[in-house]
Amino acid sequence: MTHSPLKTVAEQAIRVYVPCDSAALSVGADQIATTIKALAAEYQANIQLVRNGSRGLFWLEPLVEVETADGRVAYGPVQPEDITSLFECDFLSGDPQHPLYLGLTEKIPYLAKQQRLTFQRAGIIEPASIEDYTAYQGFIGLKKALAVGPQAIVDEVKQSGLRGRGGAAFPTGIKWQTVLDTPAKQKYIVCNADEGDSGSFADRLVMEADPFSLIEGMTIAGIAVGANQGYIYLRSEYPHAHQMLNKAIAVAYQHGYLGNHILGSDFSFDLEVRLGAGAYICGEETSLLESLEGKRGLVRAKPPIPAIEGLFGQPTIVNNVLSLATVPIILEKGAAYYEHFGMGRSRGTLAFQLAGNIKQGGLVELAFGISLRELLEEYGAGTLTGRPIKAVQVGGPLGAYLPEHQWDTPLDYEAFMQIDAMVGHGGIVVFDDKVDMLEQARFAMEFCVEESCGKCTPCRIGSTRGVEVIDKIRAGDNIQANTVLLTDLCDTMTHTSLCAMGGMTPYPVMSALNHFPEDFQPTNPKTGGC
Amino acid sequence: MQGNSSWDRQLVEKSIDSLQDKPGALLPILHSIQDQLGYIPSDAVPLIADKLNLSRADVHGVISFYHHFRSKPCGEYVIQVCRAEACQAMGSRQLEQTIKQTLGIDYHQTTLDGSFTLEPVYCLGNCACSPSIRVNDDIHGRMTTSKFNQLVDKMQTVAVEVQ
Repeated sequence: MTHSPLKTVAEQAIRVYVPCDSAALSVGADQIATTIKALAAEYQANIQLVRNGSRGLFWLEPLVEVETADGRVAYGPVQPEDITSLFECDFLSGDPQHPLYLGLTEKIPYLAKQQRLTFQRAGIIEPASIEDYTAYQGFIGLKKALAVGPQAIVDEVKQSGLRGRGGAAFPTGIKWQTVLDTPAKQKYIVCNADEGDSGSFADRLVMEADPFSLIEGMTIAGIAVGANQGYIYLRSEYPHAHQMLNKAIAVAYQHGYLGNHILGSDFSFDLEVRLGAGAYICGEETSLLESLEGKRGLVRAKPPIPAIEGLFGQPTIVNNVLSLATVPIILEKGAAYYEHFGMGRSRGTLAFQLAGNIKQGGLVELAFGISLRELLEEYGAGTLTGRPIKAVQVGGPLGAYLPEHQWDTPLDYEAFMQIDAMVGHGGIVVFDDKVDMLEQARFAMEFCVEESCGKCTPCRIGSTRGVEVIDKIRAGDNIQANTVLLTDLCDTMTHTSLCAMGGMTPYPVMSALNHFPEDFQPTNPKTGGC
Repeated sequence: MQGNSSWDRQLVEKSIDSLQDKPGALLPILHSIQDQLGYIPSDAVPLIADKLNLSRADVHGVISFYHHFRSKPCGEYVIQVCRAEACQAMGSRQLEQTIKQTLGIDYHQTTLDGSFTLEPVYCLGNCACSPSIRVNDDIHGRMTTSKFNQLVDKMQTVAVEVQ
């Protein structure tokens, strides 16, 4: 493509950006693009339509941008019927009169206040354009990695304080050191792109908006530990991400950023996307490895840890999309730069994802330490329905439901653990006061029934019994005794399950019970029923 | 491609042959077959087992473990309704009921005319534009009953035109 910042062809063409991200597409971005093209022809306007990724300001999607002399100007959310008036208002010159005019994109407060490191290019570039990627600091980290070699790379990642962004928050550098130190003929880099948590879409956004950052991060990981094969294990629920990754991987091969002798070095790295098949449990790393090997996704007992015996029994790095996509900037700018963001032992930034019943849903990348209340009020602007927020589930379906008195807790792994909650992958799902917390607790157990791999009894049987006990409480059957039983059952699941699926299902259940006891009384039946 | 293509031994064998040398080939093979036929025919199981040196039970065990794989033909349009929390917060429980009533089927069922198959899904990653559904590979956000009815009308119109 020739639309890189170095303008060559079509000097006169005005660049118009319409995102090609799943969320934008889900609210009609394709139709917007087609209509803009058609009307541009009608108005004889010389435009170049670029399908960029999304900036992650999803409540404004479809967000249309026009490049002007002052920068990119945004209009949104654009509906097909708005496009005629946009042309009439001369939006191609960045006219501010149109009601959908949002000003310079970079100055929209939601975006301007963020600290974008991992998402620095999201929505700005055309995702599979390697020219765009390199024009925005792409592959600088990779070049540095090739120059400094394995131990120096691992040291840099260790010093940055980066912890796994998938939710478990294990120090990434230590995992890499283990793989580096384990001698083997074959090692693997596996990217966990099975983002199954409700409320989470950050991995998807990276893969659809800036896929080369993941490719670069995985290649650097390969150089760091001596692995020449990588797999991206992607959930089948993400068809657009699948297409985009395959496209970007093909382009990277063509330009010598993947394959043999990367950038003329002695290092070779091959990368392939493998599709999952709709199993939440395959987001658990050992279950994911079983699935990659072509088996049922049953959880493996640890030890041995995957860093020593992982894929096909070989030392394997298993990292989340965001962890790997953050590595290039750490290498590029240095560990000290990255480390100075954050608080306590939570260093750098986290991609908070505002979802559910929220007025301004989207992605907010900020240093650790911001409070949930700030995110909900300053970024989210309250609920979409305009009703008061009752509960906020943080960290996916296995995360706790937080009542208002806990919203001032700083978002930091340790601070959240202290209130029996978890930051997880940074997904934040908002519910208004119509929510029935007994129903949500029941759903958590039901989800575990549906998604348990079945290997261990507490998770497999415990979740089924959990649904039954909650149904008895709803029916008003011996509420006190059944509440004690539910608590006991949760305690058993927490302490005896093989992995986080059974071990953490009690978080949403017990938080609902402890913080919203009024919903567990028979005198207060709400809509929904069982 | 979705659809009700019948059992096609040649197609299955071609999928197996082209992918069997990959490490951990079973899932890619199953995806390839389902992408082309819309489901994994039971007759494919012994062929796969034989080529990958697995037992039929192993192959069946993998197919039945994953929600994505189907053992029977699906409709022309596979509609997945997101049941996860973010969509619940925006009324997906009511939407599910409406969709079931409109189509006259429950989850894992296909309409008599073969147009629609309904499936539950846990998260489409479109949580900031919830509630969401997926129709084949297209995701539709901020779904409402009236938007759903329009969508169904459109799909039915297209189906008639094709015939």
